[in-house]
Amino acid sequence: MASLDDLKKRIASVKSTQKITKAMKMVAAAKLKRAQDSAEKGRPYSEKMNNIILNLSEGISDIESAPKLLSGTGKDQIHLCIVMTSDRGLCGGFNSNIIKKAKSYFSKLSSEGKELKIITVGSKGNDQLKRVFGDKIIENISFKNSKNANFFDAEKVCKIIIEKFQKEEFDICTIFFNQFKNVITQIPQAQQIIPLKTETDENEKSVDNYEFEPDEDEILTNLLPKNISTQIFKAMLENSASEQGARMSAMDNATRNAGEMVDKLTIEYNRSRQAAITKELIEIISGAESL
Amino acid sequence: MGEEFKLEVVNPEKSFLSREDVTEVVVPAFEGEMGILKDHISIISFLKPGIIKVYSKSTEEKYFVEDGIIEFKNNNLSILTSSIFNIKDIEKSKIVEMLRLAEEETNKDSISDQVKFLIDQKIEVLKSIN
Repeated sequence: MASLDDLKKRIASVKSTQKITKAMKMVAAAKLKRAQDSAEKGRPYSEKMNNIILNLSEGISDIESAPKLLSGTGKDQIHLCIVMTSDRGLCGGFNSNIIKKAKSYFSKLSSEGKELKIITVGSKGNDQLKRVFGDKIIENISFKNSKNANFFDAEKVCKIIIEKFQKEEFDICTIFFNQFKNVITQIPQAQQIIPLKTETDENEKSVDNYEFEPDEDEILTNLLPKNISTQIFKAMLENSASEQGARMSAMDNATRNAGEMVDKLTIEYNRSRQAAITKELIEIISGAESL
Repeated sequence: MGEEFKLEVVNPEKSFLSREDVTEVVVPAFEGEMGILKDHISIISFLKPGIIKVYSKSTEEKYFVEDGIIEFKNNNLSILTSSIFNIKDIEKSKIVEMLRLAEEETNKDSISDQVKFLIDQKIEVLKSIN
């Protein structure tokens, strides 16, 4: 059995760990609120954007002449995967879930004989992927310095993607991120952004007769790159809300576990203290008896 | 009443402006300025750098935009843009800075004609408000 001193030290150390996790939980909770807010505020933009694109693509009669970003290159040999993770750890299964999802997609691709290219956004994803897929990672982007997800960063990522697309370095582009459902549930998502898959929701479909100025093709050519940055931005917002949510619940669990541990150690401490007292008493009594 | 319609300006981070009492909006559409009144036909267009003028019965406001898409439908005008600000609120120094960057950009050889055209537009507009 550990000595009293050791136990005391352990209790103190667990308690200070608990303090840290508790503080981290509070910080995550505050950040989560902000991230959730901005995710909600960003929604109208991406919804409207989607709606307009839907209307435009319905209006295009000749799919052959449609911009390549919409119709694709006609091949599906080279896949580019954008894996979006966080820059910081200690957020439970947040990063591992995305990586798991991405890895299963990667192995599916390689079993189909497709070529794979990876861009990682966020350093944690890069750390986890570089061991196995290191040779496939063509770029690693990290926004450690920006405090919140902002559109400017999204545009940077988008620029890289579009440049590569124009150089025909890939045919299909998919982004991986966590969708925020609630604090304890984040759903890893794979979303294809090039060529664009328009989600046609029959109920909400509102295709009107629009006047286009200039014509559909030209608007689409201008709009599609913007849509990609919008999608990436949306993913970034969802991701940051998810990250904070995951961290909050992870830290909550850690705080609770630390509490349990302190209780257990305290009982053990008290017990050994009592045992020591009893032992001393017995020694005194038997000493006195022998006199 | 009767001549008013709804205007909504959203940027990726938030809803920038939402008003129900505008009577006329003039936007710098790609092929020239376009004034929109109530009961305009449904239209989708995109913007070049310029000034959006928003008129209501009593007020007139001007906003600078760099790019964007507009959609008008059922007397709802939505403007999606990633860069917009009220001309009233912006500081002179920022305009000067933007001008400097834009001028640097336009002198590069690597840009395409269309990009150059857009930047020149931007410079012109910035100069006019400066």
